[in-house]
Amino acid sequence: MPRNKDIKKVLVIGSGPIVIGQAAEFDYAGTQGCRALKEEGVEVVLINSNPATIMTDGDIADRVYIEPLTVKILEELIIKEKPDSILPTLGGQAGLNLGMELEESGFLASHNVKLIGTTSQTIKKAEDRLEFKNTMEKAGQPVAPSLVVENIEDGVKFAREIGYPVVLRPAYTLGGSGGGIAHNEEEIREILSNGLRLSRVGQVLVERSIAGWKEIEYEVMRDSAGNVITVCNMENLDPVGVHTGDSIVVAPSQTLSDKEYQMLRTAALKIIDELQITGGCNVQFALHPSSFEYCVIEVNPRVSRSSARDIPSQRLRQRSHWDIRLMRSKMP
Amino acid sequence: MKAFLILEDGTVFTGVSIGARKEIISEIVFNTSMTGYLEILTDPSYAGQAVCMTYPMIGNYGICYEDMEAQRPWVDGYIVKELSEKDSNFRSEGTISDFLTKYDIPGIAGIDTRQLTKILREKGTMNGMITTDEDHVISDIMPKLKAYTTGKVVEKVTCSERKTIGKGRRIALLDVGTKKDIALNLVKRGCEVTVYPALTKAEEIIEGGFEGIMISNGPGDPKECESIIKEIRKLYDTDIPIFAICLGHQLMALATGGDTHRMKYGHRGANHPVKDLATGRVYITSQNHGYVVDETKIPEGVAKASFVNVNDGTVEGLDYTDKRIFTVQFHPEACPGPVDTGFLFDRFLDMIDGKEGA
Repeated sequence: MPRNKDIKKVLVIGSGPIVIGQAAEFDYAGTQGCRALKEEGVEVVLINSNPATIMTDGDIADRVYIEPLTVKILEELIIKEKPDSILPTLGGQAGLNLGMELEESGFLASHNVKLIGTTSQTIKKAEDRLEFKNTMEKAGQPVAPSLVVENIEDGVKFAREIGYPVVLRPAYTLGGSGGGIAHNEEEIREILSNGLRLSRVGQVLVERSIAGWKEIEYEVMRDSAGNVITVCNMENLDPVGVHTGDSIVVAPSQTLSDKEYQMLRTAALKIIDELQITGGCNVQFALHPSSFEYCVIEVNPRVSRSSARDIPSQRLRQRSHWDIRLMRSKMP
Repeated sequence: MKAFLILEDGTVFTGVSIGARKEIISEIVFNTSMTGYLEILTDPSYAGQAVCMTYPMIGNYGICYEDMEAQRPWVDGYIVKELSEKDSNFRSEGTISDFLTKYDIPGIAGIDTRQLTKILREKGTMNGMITTDEDHVISDIMPKLKAYTTGKVVEKVTCSERKTIGKGRRIALLDVGTKKDIALNLVKRGCEVTVYPALTKAEEIIEGGFEGIMISNGPGDPKECESIIKEIRKLYDTDIPIFAICLGHQLMALATGGDTHRMKYGHRGANHPVKDLATGRVYITSQNHGYVVDETKIPEGVAKASFVNVNDGTVEGLDYTDKRIFTVQFHPEACPGPVDTGFLFDRFLDMIDGKEGA
């Protein structure tokens, strides 16, 4: 199947500075992505605030802008370059948030720019905590008991119901900043006031703590025909509770028997199918260390730090964006 | 203690002895699965073979006995890069090293399994010896290696007598080397499964009045199973619905005028893509076979290919014309490997019920 011929010029949002939420691997991912786009004959315009990256080398994109990654700059760039599409999934959480803001404000529609690589509904399904919970329920996948709160008192009340410790996750923040684990009312008040302020939509998820469980991730892909594959799975050396950005991840998992491996693989494939993602996504699970009980921690409809390493997933990902069936793509 | 792996082409690998300290001659094959080493060790389809695991570190999650695919391991020998001496999993009941010793399986660790795999891929599957004898004389060993064949190995691995498990719809399972999970997949779907030894006469199964018949996976060259093929032909001639897997798939092809041939190095792993020719959908499957049904010799009007391997285009499944029979080369029961094609067991039961699309 040929690629979508309507796509001729793409604005790629780059990875920016290297911090949690915009990790160094996104540079690799973005570079692979730009190359795959150019191989398909698409004109690539790249914006990145970080000149010390490979993707900003002269031969990676057709045109490179070293500019701050803000909505205002992106709008100016879209007006100047007139791309027909914008690809926000290669720049980590920062890129994804920018893409969402441009879509929600109606700017993309009014300038005839398509959001590609994912849809805003998909991003919403995965990133909006309540929608995420509902989607997982539809896919038959367990999540830890949780409640989205928009003020401190609701959070405190819910924490009393499910018991401490509780995990606090602000919606739409970089790499989980503003979140944390609260062991008592004093802590939850402090973390919530911070998290509600940092969340772009003023929402924080209060959730039963699964700290200490094994943290397992799957990189999965799906094409427009519904074919699904796993690129790899990963096991974090540190359990849930230690931020992945502070931990070491190993691919493939080391302490999972085939029964556990396949149970979570099947779950990850069900999720990407339910989300109807065309392309790749990263699914994170918490697995109880002494039973088969698990729950879905989060789903990232974008590249994550681990997906980019020495695995050719970015090229596969681009091809699945282009609606070229996964199973016909050759691994480079 | 030092151990040696000596190949038919004269290559000698020097490593460390693991498991039992005994000498074996066997067919050397490789498996690319990253998990499921216990299922592989205990899969009867590996009888007569020594398995090299391409994944470089084996044993990290120890031995979970309930995951065994048979009562005992069936591989002749085991070849790994690094054997983990520590086990880490809540179900583990011991290390793989102790397991190999307990079941008298010799092995070798610390060799370059990537190089071994490259040799097998370039030159094809070959015989080899695992020994701890430092004074071995290659010229004495070579004739023995060349003379080795797996032989009539199905008769070695099949059950000794009929047994029944589960409750519900009555299905017969012809055990030509079955993995435990084929029967369990049926039991899980509400079946009472009667397992028959490989040399059971077709009449005995037909008289049992079963709703359907399954023919299992198994080891060795399908053409060694002449008498079993004759009985399968009789099963084909009835109108009882049949679903066959792996060796069973090959035997059904041979029973109905098809042909099989030995592959260069086979398919052994948990990431083989197969395409469903009816829908175009691709599934990732678990596989373990060194022989394959010849796609050019499928008799016209008898059967046609239903699945093909996306990597090399070989036949992965057959649908039998005007019959309620379908067979697959890969393993829908997984264990180890993806469970993506488990729906084929549902398709089998739907076919028995005469449901559309089965």
